[in-house]
Amino acid sequence: MDWDALLLSRLQFAFTISFHIIFPSFTIGLASYLAVLEGLWLKTGNEVFRNLYLFWVKIFALAFGMGVVSGVVMSYQFGTNWSVFADKAGNVLGPLLGYEVLTAFFLEASFLGIMLFGWKKVGPRLHFFATLCVAVGTLFSAFWILSANSWMQTPAGHELRDGIFYAVDWFEVIFNPSFPSRFMHMIAAAYLTTGFAVLGAAGWLWLRSKDDAETRVMRRMAIGMIVLLAPLQVLIGHESGVVAGEHQPAKVAAMEGWWQTRAGQPSILFALPDEEGERNRMEIAIPRVGSWVVAGDFDAELKGLDAFPPEDRPPVAWVFWAFRVMVGLGLAMIAIGLWGAWLWFRRGLEKSRLFQLATVPMALSGFVAVLAGWISAEVGRQPYVVYGVLRTAEAVSPVDGGQVAASLLVFMVVYAIVFTAGTLYILRLIAKGPGSGEQPPERGHRAPGSLLASVTGPSEPARSVP
Amino acid sequence: MSLDLPMIWAVIIATAVFLYVVLDGFDLGVGILFPFASDSERDVMVASIAPVWDGNETWLVLGGGGLFAAFPLAYATLMPAMYLPIGFMLTALIFRGVAFEFRAKAGARGRRFWTAAFAGGSLVAALSQGLVLGGFLKGIEIEGRSFAGGHWDWLSPFSLLVAASLAVGYALLGACWLIMKAEGGLNAKARRWARGLAVGVAFAMFAVSLAMLSVDPTVAAHWGVTMRAVDWSVFLVVAPLPLLAGVSIVTCWWHARRKDSVALPFIATVGIFVTGFLGLALSTYPNIIPYDITIREAAAADNSLGLMLVGVAIMLPVILGYTAYVYWVFRGKVTADAVHH
Repeated sequence: MDWDALLLSRLQFAFTISFHIIFPSFTIGLASYLAVLEGLWLKTGNEVFRNLYLFWVKIFALAFGMGVVSGVVMSYQFGTNWSVFADKAGNVLGPLLGYEVLTAFFLEASFLGIMLFGWKKVGPRLHFFATLCVAVGTLFSAFWILSANSWMQTPAGHELRDGIFYAVDWFEVIFNPSFPSRFMHMIAAAYLTTGFAVLGAAGWLWLRSKDDAETRVMRRMAIGMIVLLAPLQVLIGHESGVVAGEHQPAKVAAMEGWWQTRAGQPSILFALPDEEGERNRMEIAIPRVGSWVVAGDFDAELKGLDAFPPEDRPPVAWVFWAFRVMVGLGLAMIAIGLWGAWLWFRRGLEKSRLFQLATVPMALSGFVAVLAGWISAEVGRQPYVVYGVLRTAEAVSPVDGGQVAASLLVFMVVYAIVFTAGTLYILRLIAKGPGSGEQPPERGHRAPGSLLASVTGPSEPARSVP
Repeated sequence: MSLDLPMIWAVIIATAVFLYVVLDGFDLGVGILFPFASDSERDVMVASIAPVWDGNETWLVLGGGGLFAAFPLAYATLMPAMYLPIGFMLTALIFRGVAFEFRAKAGARGRRFWTAAFAGGSLVAALSQGLVLGGFLKGIEIEGRSFAGGHWDWLSPFSLLVAASLAVGYALLGACWLIMKAEGGLNAKARRWARGLAVGVAFAMFAVSLAMLSVDPTVAAHWGVTMRAVDWSVFLVVAPLPLLAGVSIVTCWWHARRKDSVALPFIATVGIFVTGFLGLALSTYPNIIPYDITIREAAAADNSLGLMLVGVAIMLPVILGYTAYVYWVFRGKVTADAVHH
């Protein structure tokens, strides 16, 4: 093991997981959205819902495919780059990941085939069932992977013998302290990511004068969810922060930018953390509010980074800034939700150009917030891979730096090609809009979700909407 | 009564890997055959596997994830040893995986690129898996609990032979799949491909089998065959395996030509893979990492294996059930008129 392989392996993991998480955070929400759309179509017979389903399912297919291929990479990287970690923690984490494959991956992958290509082969109810299976599969998958990751943050229910982890109480392992709040936080984040993508697509189509019944339904469904879920997400995130405060005080100190342990910690709005000088530059802070937020008491004494020797601290600036980006976007989401609800209430939702303009860049807000949140969570866990027990530096594989540099370079090139193309195709589909030109799944006509569509490519009739 | 959990898990992992090899094998094989088909035939070929490939590839995740879960030590030594070929495989699988959707969504130029990516990705994935298998069979150098060999240990004439053999085998599976799914000209082509490939597989299996005998003395001992002598008391017990392999190859070759044989060539090819797989399992048993770490040494703690066994006992029949259901939904020919609609 040498330093190069360690640093490069960390970079490679960060790079591949960051690309990967973009897709699940979109498809978890999108799968549920598709299930709701198809359910509403079956219940009401309203074609708008069917058109929306057929529109988003194509985007789902692209995003899901990219999520699958980038996910297969992850399942092998524990072994290729983190084999010591795999050996030591395999007893505990292996079963959690095994259950993810057994309960989620097969379910998603198998019923995805019916969802995308079975439109003509099975009845509408069975097709709806397939969509539900995929949606539930994405949630199961999130359950297990969040459980595994949370165990790395707040390990519980295990014992160490000869440096190897053994599970003692599986319930405590799976439902480790940070798991419930982090799972909720991630699901809500995924739903918000999808909500803002849908809202942004509707806004873009409005700006391109392609507003129709479908985009209006998209807009209203998205706003309805955002206005409820964005504020709720702040509360869930707060709960997650409180748990981290109990179990990972160094992470919270880095998030908050607290260098000194003291009573009445401030809430820092802006600062440039200076790790050499162990202080903040250009700090703008509200006194005592930090202690109230984390501990519910303005005068609570909370640990600062000085409570930990420098080698046990996470990289402060990364955690500090990633956390602020996430929180800032969360607040912007609440504002957009309230604005949209207010316009809706005033019956002016389709009249405000400014609102549509605002929703377009906000389509990215969920993705950026998810990435920022994961950066603050994972970088905040450093220098440990299993918090407080196993250091990242001790977990890396006996591979040399040259190999890892080569694989990292190849992954960067490949991901750049594949995900640029994928994003481009998704944007093209969105730019066309849901419209009403989709063929219904009747005899003699092939639905866009049928086997035919996959081989003949986009061949929808020209849009009739001006 | 206590269960022999490591052995049960060895069987489970082996089954998952075998299902992967056969299921993703035929769809990788279809990709390998891509360059030999016309553009409209390619559309039929993709359509025949599009609904099922994702589920097929999930067996690879179960193989990798299951190895991590059930035999962490094997996973932690095999993966670093195979760092580069695993990387090739993952990269190739990325390209071909996204190509399914991208081919349909791209413009004319993009479509050509993703068609090439699908064919190239399928071939490279097959070859990389063969390199991993070849390097694995050759043996992995272990010190303590970690891989201690060189970074190019996986590369040898033997592993190249295994890689080529596996790619030919996958192509045969793909051709036989198309015999079942395609009609008309493509069906006739697939039958021609299958006959040629069956001959190739016969040579490949023979060559790999011979080479295996000289890889490690324990292998030769399992078969009772060395370069100098044959121990008939051992060999006669295991001789049915190569015999069955031969029968399967001839059956495949013979029935690929008969117009009324639809599924038999595919079934015979699965038979070839079963015998090959069992032969390799017999050669390496009881090691999970040849020829240093045994199944028992690498096994996870009993309570970890037990917990997962509950999951497998409940979920595996369910998974097999709905996998079969999906195949049943998409049964029958992928018709040409559907493509030219």
